[in-house]
Amino acid sequence: MVKTGKDRWTYELTRKAYGETLVELGHENPRIVVLDADLAESTLTKFFRDEFPDRFFEIGIAEQDMVGTAAGLALQGFIPFLSSYAIFITGRAWDQCRQDVDYMKTNVKLSAAHGGISVGKDGPTHQSMEDLACMSACTNMKVLVPADYHETIKAVRWSAEYEGPVYFRLGREKVPMVTEEPSPFEMGKGFVHVDGTDGTIIACGLMLSQAIEAREILEEEDGIKPRVVNMPFLKPIDEEMIIKCAKENGPIVTAEEHQVYGGFGSIIARVVVENHPVPMRIVGIPNMYLGSGDPFDLLAIAGLTGRHIANKMKEVL
Amino acid sequence: MSIGTANLSVDELKEMARTIRRDCLVQTHVAKSGHPGGPLSAADYLTSLYFNYVKVDPKNPKDDSRDYFIISNGHCSALNYALLSRRGFFPPGYLMTFRSTGSGLEGHPNRHKTPGVDISAGSLGHGLPIAHGIALGAKLKGSDQRVFVNLGDGELQEGSCWEAIMAAAHYRSDNILAVVDYNDVQIDGRTHEVMNIRPLDGKFKAFGWKVFEGNGHDMNEVIRLLDHAIDSMGKGQPVVVLFHTVMMKGVPSFENDHIWHGKALADDKLLQTALTELGYNETPKEAVASYGDVNVARGEYHKIMGWPPPQVCDRD
Repeated sequence: MVKTGKDRWTYELTRKAYGETLVELGHENPRIVVLDADLAESTLTKFFRDEFPDRFFEIGIAEQDMVGTAAGLALQGFIPFLSSYAIFITGRAWDQCRQDVDYMKTNVKLSAAHGGISVGKDGPTHQSMEDLACMSACTNMKVLVPADYHETIKAVRWSAEYEGPVYFRLGREKVPMVTEEPSPFEMGKGFVHVDGTDGTIIACGLMLSQAIEAREILEEEDGIKPRVVNMPFLKPIDEEMIIKCAKENGPIVTAEEHQVYGGFGSIIARVVVENHPVPMRIVGIPNMYLGSGDPFDLLAIAGLTGRHIANKMKEVL
Repeated sequence: MSIGTANLSVDELKEMARTIRRDCLVQTHVAKSGHPGGPLSAADYLTSLYFNYVKVDPKNPKDDSRDYFIISNGHCSALNYALLSRRGFFPPGYLMTFRSTGSGLEGHPNRHKTPGVDISAGSLGHGLPIAHGIALGAKLKGSDQRVFVNLGDGELQEGSCWEAIMAAAHYRSDNILAVVDYNDVQIDGRTHEVMNIRPLDGKFKAFGWKVFEGNGHDMNEVIRLLDHAIDSMGKGQPVVVLFHTVMMKGVPSFENDHIWHGKALADDKLLQTALTELGYNETPKEAVASYGDVNVARGEYHKIMGWPPPQVCDRD
């Protein structure tokens, strides 16, 4: 019996990786500055605040001002990382993200905590199911969802080095540790996490753990061995990898903790239909608000589980 | 040339403001679109501010020691471009490409396409937060750069302005000077009737700003106000000057009519009236011709920007 669910993995906070890495970067590069909108205790920018009070800007509960201020700091040559919850950055301050960061091409790093529905008990006002669609529609923005603790460290370090607008999404809950310190990471690249021959599961964020579980279920119960691809970047999307998977393995199932409208699966589907059409299923949050609850209950209700991904793969194989 | 101000006399400033009004009217006339109203109301005090106080180097727009000058109400782009061109950033002839396909002078300024433009403004309520970020950055760098930002009075209906007004006072950002074009006109009518923002002096004071207020057209008073306001910088609080102005000032037939906020004097007869009222003895055709060969200006602009030679848009 494949081990699934909570006990299957060891867990760690992606925002902890973020907070700790910012402090390291702060020591390495005096141009790193950090802004928060009254959530430093939660986004864990408090580590940076306590270490570098002069380079930390508390903006208060004013996300629009925070994004604009960050753009101004970037114009002065600083590398601003700003933090709030995903829904407040991309919802409340979308116009600032679009005009001041994306259109003006300022070197601002939008660090979105509490992405997805695994925010859990705070409910839909604080959950974010639309942020990736909003940000991926922007022209200059690079958009990524690190899978776990180790990948978050790489994402934050890469963001600091890359010159231009970046949006990366973190979560509230501790999530399964699926990658390792030496695992590969490169802008716009997906990586084969577990190879296979029967279809491909492409996942980002915490759904990578569920993709791995799905593969184990399929192998044990049906002898099906799909390839599992970790694809943290939604933009730029790794077209080459997607086309290669479609050609080599046929059917594709995508998995994301985001609405199915305009998210990760939609982006991959565009690449597939334009280049090498194969049967596809998109596993994501159906078009509904899920309410409050235990994060893992909500994920299960939305069908964001290994079992559900496995069923979808069987539909298309 | 190096970093500094143009240091014009009062008479020279008055004449420059008249030239700039003409630039704004002719640009919008040729483009048959754009916003003439705000540019004409802000022309006097912004000419004074930009030519005599803001330190820039037109030959080196990104000079590290420059002051920042931001027109947050980006629809006043015709004024922004006229100021930049008359200050020497690019030839005035290029103003005749305003809003046309392929021009660097877009409907609302694009910081990547116009020398001397530091932010891409247009969506209202963005300039002050960005200006404050620039000001915080200047202090963090230990630079004595100053940040000048123009705001429309209607723009102050945007909540994000007040977030930044609060933050600038909180951070005691005394290297910011905001100037407000208090003309009481916006697209839908008189600002105090559309959505009352008064009293602005009391609001800014309550938020912790040092406030000056006066006539934005009397050049002597403008200079007096700007002198006082700039003397007040560096003293622990941000500074604002509320300039009372008249929309379409300088062309009495059009003054204070909100229709001209966002409507060009596209018709020759209208421009003729305006030119005459500004004191120019010329026809619209002669006015446009006075800017010279637009293709020559285009070529020069492309050189300044390091762009490949201009090309004609092929609609096929």
